[in-house]
Amino acid sequence: MKLLVLLAIILLIIAGHQLLRIIELSRGLKKTKEWQINDTDNDMMGKAMLAFMILFFLFFFWQINRWIDRSLPAASSEHGVKYDALWDANMYLISFVFLVTNFFLFYFAFKYRGHKNAKAVFYSHNNKLEMLWTVIPASALAFIIIFGLKYWNEIMSAPTDVNKVTVELYAKQFDWTARFPGKDGKLGSTDFRQIGGTNSVGLDTADASGYDDILVKNEFHLPVGREVEMLMRSRDVIHSAYMPHFRAQMNCVPGMVTAFKFKPTKTTAEMRQDPYVKQLMAGINKQREKEGKEPVEFDYVLLCNKICGASHYNMQMTIIVESEQDYNKWMAKQRALKTLASN
Amino acid sequence: MGSTHTTTALEHEHATHHDHSHHDDHHEESFVSKYIFSMDHKMISRQFLITAVIMAVVAMTMSIIFRLQLAWPGEKFAFINAILGDKWGKDGILDPNMYLALVTIHGTIMVFMVLTGGLSGTFSNLLIPYQIGARDMASGFMNMLSYWFFFVSSAIMLGSCFIEDGPASPGWTIYPPLSALPEAMPGSKLGMTLWLTSMALFIVSSLLGGLNYIITIVNLRTKGMSMTRLPLTCWAFLITAILGVLSFPVLFSCALLLIFDRSFGTSFYLSDIYIGGRPLDNVGGSPILFEHLFWFLGHPEVYIVLLPALGITSEIISTNSRKPIFGYRAMIGSMLAIGFLSFIVWGHHMYMTGMNPFLGSVFVFTTLLIAIPSAVKAFNYITTLWKGNIQYTPAMLFSIGLVSSFITGGVTGIILADSTLDINVHDTYFVVAHFHIVMGLSAIFGMFAGVYHWFPKMFLRMMNKKLGYLHFWITFISAYGVFFPQHFLGLAGVPRRYYTNSNFPMFDNLVDINIIVTVAAIIGALGQVIFLFNFFYSMFRGEKAPQNPWNSNTLEWTTPMANIHGNWPGALPVVHRWAYDYSKPGQEHDFVPQTVPLAEGEHDGGEH
Repeated sequence: MKLLVLLAIILLIIAGHQLLRIIELSRGLKKTKEWQINDTDNDMMGKAMLAFMILFFLFFFWQINRWIDRSLPAASSEHGVKYDALWDANMYLISFVFLVTNFFLFYFAFKYRGHKNAKAVFYSHNNKLEMLWTVIPASALAFIIIFGLKYWNEIMSAPTDVNKVTVELYAKQFDWTARFPGKDGKLGSTDFRQIGGTNSVGLDTADASGYDDILVKNEFHLPVGREVEMLMRSRDVIHSAYMPHFRAQMNCVPGMVTAFKFKPTKTTAEMRQDPYVKQLMAGINKQREKEGKEPVEFDYVLLCNKICGASHYNMQMTIIVESEQDYNKWMAKQRALKTLASN
Repeated sequence: MGSTHTTTALEHEHATHHDHSHHDDHHEESFVSKYIFSMDHKMISRQFLITAVIMAVVAMTMSIIFRLQLAWPGEKFAFINAILGDKWGKDGILDPNMYLALVTIHGTIMVFMVLTGGLSGTFSNLLIPYQIGARDMASGFMNMLSYWFFFVSSAIMLGSCFIEDGPASPGWTIYPPLSALPEAMPGSKLGMTLWLTSMALFIVSSLLGGLNYIITIVNLRTKGMSMTRLPLTCWAFLITAILGVLSFPVLFSCALLLIFDRSFGTSFYLSDIYIGGRPLDNVGGSPILFEHLFWFLGHPEVYIVLLPALGITSEIISTNSRKPIFGYRAMIGSMLAIGFLSFIVWGHHMYMTGMNPFLGSVFVFTTLLIAIPSAVKAFNYITTLWKGNIQYTPAMLFSIGLVSSFITGGVTGIILADSTLDINVHDTYFVVAHFHIVMGLSAIFGMFAGVYHWFPKMFLRMMNKKLGYLHFWITFISAYGVFFPQHFLGLAGVPRRYYTNSNFPMFDNLVDINIIVTVAAIIGALGQVIFLFNFFYSMFRGEKAPQNPWNSNTLEWTTPMANIHGNWPGALPVVHRWAYDYSKPGQEHDFVPQTVPLAEGEHDGGEH
């Protein structure tokens, strides 16, 4: 069998070689050279440019039609609603620019395809025109900058809510730990040299305010409608705490504490009833069924979004957003660090 | 130096004054001095090109391997096992560490070896002396060193793929502490040391080349070649070289400090780290410092990659539209503006790093400003086509492809430059789509365009046109097929550099998008075989090229069709007009080479 394949390959090479020889010999006889561009070439390529444009635009709309419903659901946080509005406005704008400029590019490429007898117009510059297309993008960008920065300043400002929930996300290769401040409302200070044993996040044992801190893995809960101040730390390399449903992300950098704040607006249960989320999950479960996997329900997730090593793709934590009551119930069940340590 | 056969600045002077002196240069050369340690800009250009082509094939093959994994995670591919062996591709399944290594080396090779070294190295070397009317580069010796540093750098990068722990794998941006701590991943052991060594040598190569390009353009322009008559290609190469000379040293110091942290126990980038079961001694450093230093190069680097491609395109679009480039001075102005702004936008890579948000807002402002000169360039290209007489050479097809990808990838940059909008798409596939289209595709299309256009000057033969057409359409269609759908992965929140998306149920419904991307990538990769065949076949057996196949105005087409030292056998040409007198009213032909004197009453520079 292998011999046959080898033989076939050798024959192909010989045939190819002979074919090339014939082409090479015959081109000596021709008056025009292969590489010269003739009217047929120009006509064909010009039309191909137009055809490409049509297909390209069809492909663009086909993708939107087919895949836009697989985008993340509408934001589940207060600032996220504004984020989505800003996103949409920018997306419409750039889609418009994309379509119009590509249209002119390919249309001109088609319309002005070369011809033996045609002559191009000697047109080297036009200050008015150039001024026009400097000023128009500049003014459009001014709006983008103004709105972008307005929201940016709101989102990145320090938390103001007196009733805020503080959570620390602690990253290491390759999992997350969430730390709540416990009854005293204060996160204990930390020292990376004291990491070890049950002290997985490096609490400073000299600081009593850390004794009642609560550590949870795999899943943590948040109350709906209250501002959450997330503080982020990392033990080893840079990670990034990415919570796409809340439009929230911040890197976790060893040696410093970073922060991001947001206010969840929808509970996990509400999300599961949302029509958009339902169709999203139907699509997901359809695929899972094909692959012989269990169906799943919607959950908010925390992902790692900065390359951090071999299991970067599997650093996850589930976030449950629920009513204040349920949150308090859940919190009551958690045990403070000191009791954990003494066990 | 003057006594050898190479052409130095001195000899250039000499040759200008004595038409026949050049005759002396034609003594026999040894194989080594002609093909290996050559100091001739044309040979060095070809060396750069062929090295870059080989590197590009390697990097592209890597991308196919990880694309297979992304489309069909866990499937067994004999192809993967055949290439990676049992250690990294056991049973044909890609190892997660190797996946990260592949994305890292793919990015590094493409950005540095192919699109920086390959693109600038090939075309700056070929075109600067030719188009400004010089006998060679200012320093042939430095130029030779530049290539050989590049060669050794490429060899080390390739070699690092064959060591026990595998090549570097913290991503091409090599953020510490991941890249600094051997405990963090196998790819941060010897592979990372080799990566840094390779990069240090690459920077040396880039600086030697860049300084040479600048000096040559500033000092060795022939009589009449004023800066405002300089073809846009040379303007692009000049600005690119300046960017490189100003920013690569910063990458060098950035890499050097990382080497110190890795090997000598310093703490520039490290603090408060517990890894491998023990706390490290390092205190007081900051990974953010690294990010600042890295992106201070990293962003100008984008334009180091892009500007030569735009320069090449300007030349090709004008020549093949048979029209002057629209807004020659605006094109120069926008390149200068892009070059300047590129130094004050690096922070837009760092909105989500914990950098002071106020600093972030400054970078939003500067970054969005860069969209203005970019838009001007795109509009000027389109207007150059308007009422042209477009000649569809393969080079012209790729140039139009470049303008399209420059727009398509450019507009999503507006989203990413906006710190607010960056929050949710930072480090997702939206970013992957954006920079591959705007930087990867545009630059590689520019490179292809340049190869098709100047192949006759490089190898004195023509490439096959029909194969060129086929290559373009396969490449262009599959390229959009690969990168356009990735926007939608980003909208669904898929992070970059995930070995598989199957561990998060929320990404399960994206399987078919990933399959489309991979299939398009495979088709695109196979399409490159057509190019490789055309390239190597035409090099030896292509039709003999005439002196000026594209009826072009620039000086390189006035040189004889033989690669002789000193480029012009007699005196250097004298320039009388700008490079864009195509279809000028009142002229016999639709092109007027730069060497033709202005007629009485004729105006230069686009006036008539």
